[in-house]
Amino acid sequence: MTTMTFGRAITAGLRRAMDDDPRVILMGEDIGKLGGVFRITDGLQKDFGPHRVLDSPLAEAGIMGTAVGMAYRGYRPVVEIQFDGFIYPAFDQIVCQVAKLHYRTQGAVKMPITIRVPFGGGIGSPEHHSESPEAYFTHTSGLRVVSVSNPQDAYTMIQQAIACDDPVLYFEPKRRYHVKGEVDEAADPASSDLGAARVVTAGSDVTLVTYGPLVSTARDAAIAASDDGISIEVIDLRSLAPIDFATVEASVRKTGRLVITHEAAQSGGLGAEIAASITERCFDYLEHAPVRVTGFDIPYPYSKLEFHHLPDLDRILDGVDRVMRRPNSLSGLDGAPTSEGAAL
Amino acid sequence: MTQEGSLPRSGRTEAVGGTAEQASGTVHPGPSRPGADELVQLIDHHGVRHPHGHYDGLVADVDGPALQKLYEDMVVVRRIDAEATALQRQGELALWPPLLGQEAAQIGSGRALRSDDFVFSSYRENAVAYCRGVDLADILRVWRGNASSGWDPYTINMATPQVIIGAQTLHATGYAMGIINDGADAVAVAYFGDGATSQGDVNEAMVFAASYQAPVVFFCQNNHWAISEPVGLQAHVPIARRAPGFGIPSVRVDGNDVLACLAVTREALARARSGGGPTFIEAVTYRMGPHTTADDPTRYRDANELEDWAARDPLARLATLLDSLGLLEADYTDSVKAKADAVAAELRQGCLSMPEPAPSDVFKHVYSTPNSWLDRQQDHYERYLASFSQAPQEGSR
Repeated sequence: MTTMTFGRAITAGLRRAMDDDPRVILMGEDIGKLGGVFRITDGLQKDFGPHRVLDSPLAEAGIMGTAVGMAYRGYRPVVEIQFDGFIYPAFDQIVCQVAKLHYRTQGAVKMPITIRVPFGGGIGSPEHHSESPEAYFTHTSGLRVVSVSNPQDAYTMIQQAIACDDPVLYFEPKRRYHVKGEVDEAADPASSDLGAARVVTAGSDVTLVTYGPLVSTARDAAIAASDDGISIEVIDLRSLAPIDFATVEASVRKTGRLVITHEAAQSGGLGAEIAASITERCFDYLEHAPVRVTGFDIPYPYSKLEFHHLPDLDRILDGVDRVMRRPNSLSGLDGAPTSEGAAL
Repeated sequence: MTQEGSLPRSGRTEAVGGTAEQASGTVHPGPSRPGADELVQLIDHHGVRHPHGHYDGLVADVDGPALQKLYEDMVVVRRIDAEATALQRQGELALWPPLLGQEAAQIGSGRALRSDDFVFSSYRENAVAYCRGVDLADILRVWRGNASSGWDPYTINMATPQVIIGAQTLHATGYAMGIINDGADAVAVAYFGDGATSQGDVNEAMVFAASYQAPVVFFCQNNHWAISEPVGLQAHVPIARRAPGFGIPSVRVDGNDVLACLAVTREALARARSGGGPTFIEAVTYRMGPHTTADDPTRYRDANELEDWAARDPLARLATLLDSLGLLEADYTDSVKAKADAVAAELRQGCLSMPEPAPSDVFKHVYSTPNSWLDRQQDHYERYLASFSQAPQEGSR
């Protein structure tokens, strides 16, 4: 075991993938000498050369489109999008080309492209630097979407993403880059499933589903709730497309209550998908309608207000109180469920 | 035959139309760059072979039989086009994008390629696909609606046709970057139209190609119309002028002159193979038919314009040249016609005998690895379909 930061764990995973397979190529803006704006590729160009760590022109569609050509040629490109809000110029290449070429060619052309996206807020950045665009991509067939929350997963899952023959969007919560943790560098990435969710804390009263930047907040919420005698099972989805519904379903059948939390806006977000799917699968087991605790349906706010937008421990606990029918911020609101069990 | 020198050549030069300005009907003043906008032309529209100090050397091997083969190719692909159009009119294809008028640009460039070169095309390059050796029915598979693409790209080294305008230019450039990494001397070729040059992807492709000196050839067929938008709406100056701004050498060629298209493409390929980087070719041609069979060009373009371009027809001029060389005898033209008939029959047969896809095919190849969401949806849909065979034939519900 080695102690390293979340960011360093990604670097170590990239290095190992590049060591193992000469067809792995990194592409992106500023990833060479600078090592990326978050230094995730630090030292890799020096060690692997400019033909394997390509400093790209400042053009996201260009980076993504040339990665498609590289994949056509048999390479396994790892593309760095500098910030989440910069992914939109590459949207067409991702959803119309990267996602669909395997289907379009009846399986003849593989697109083993990993798209690394630093995402989410909480670091006081200006506009376009703190977005949560994952739902755009989970809605696109042909893509796999994952988000990592701790150094061990960061290390393992980047290797799994690169080894996967499908394109993978790899969302890195940027506010976690400097968090330290234990990493087993000898762990074999092939021994676990890229699509599997992880039960972070076991519990029996409420299932709390989240991913990426909010996993540690959810864990804190579980600890805080236990003081009130509420047992929360926290699930880190890890894979956002496909979602490991079997793990969520098993938990909800046990707890009967579901809270989903994410930073992204609520409408059309992953929380909606999870709530709907689990309701379809577990309706008879639910004691309360699933509750979402999410970012608001607003453009990402300026940094002095971002902590109002981002779900925190107390907002999550308020959601837990709602599914537990305990007094909560919506108690007494016309039409809202209350501790007395008013109409849903 | 016939050595290069034995082809008749007049010394005269003749302007060939087709600037961006003319197509829009408006002359847009632009920076003057004398000579740079001239078209490379070896066979004019009267079928007269003109000498060229530079490009003759690049087609010195094209003797009489080779010219006849180029003519045969053009006749055959025009016939493929006509047959596919007929199949669409007969309801056998949902749609067809005709290449009528662009045979020389596609055959001239397509026949310059080596088998290990890789083509990234738009949806109109059916003659290029023919040059790559595509199975004929595969050309129609998409348009009949039986598959999302007609062929395995690696069997003919040609990507399946791109519908998003200009997206393939980036793919070609990335592929060419891979060629550099592999230390190979193959070339990636991107085909696109004049309308595509307005897209960001095409411009970004040129940035990347120039920056990495990628072995890629940008082959722009300026056919003057992007559906109903004239080229003058895309470009105020000849399109070939754009590439030098990216640091990419460019050339304008008479796109209805198969020999000139062959020559300039060979030069561009040789440059790329020798480490000289990308080249931009603007082949000035004309789409004589509609954008697709769903289109009505009489709504947006003048009949006189079509007539002018019909007079510059790429097949007619080569036929005239061949005739002047005594290479258009009846036994030859009969054999060309027989070949075109056979190809058309094979195309039609291939279209009509295409097996219908199975319902479960809709779920195939979305991912190369198992996906639990999709597996569940497929399972549920198959159960739904199976329920029909279990249900009473008549009656309830």
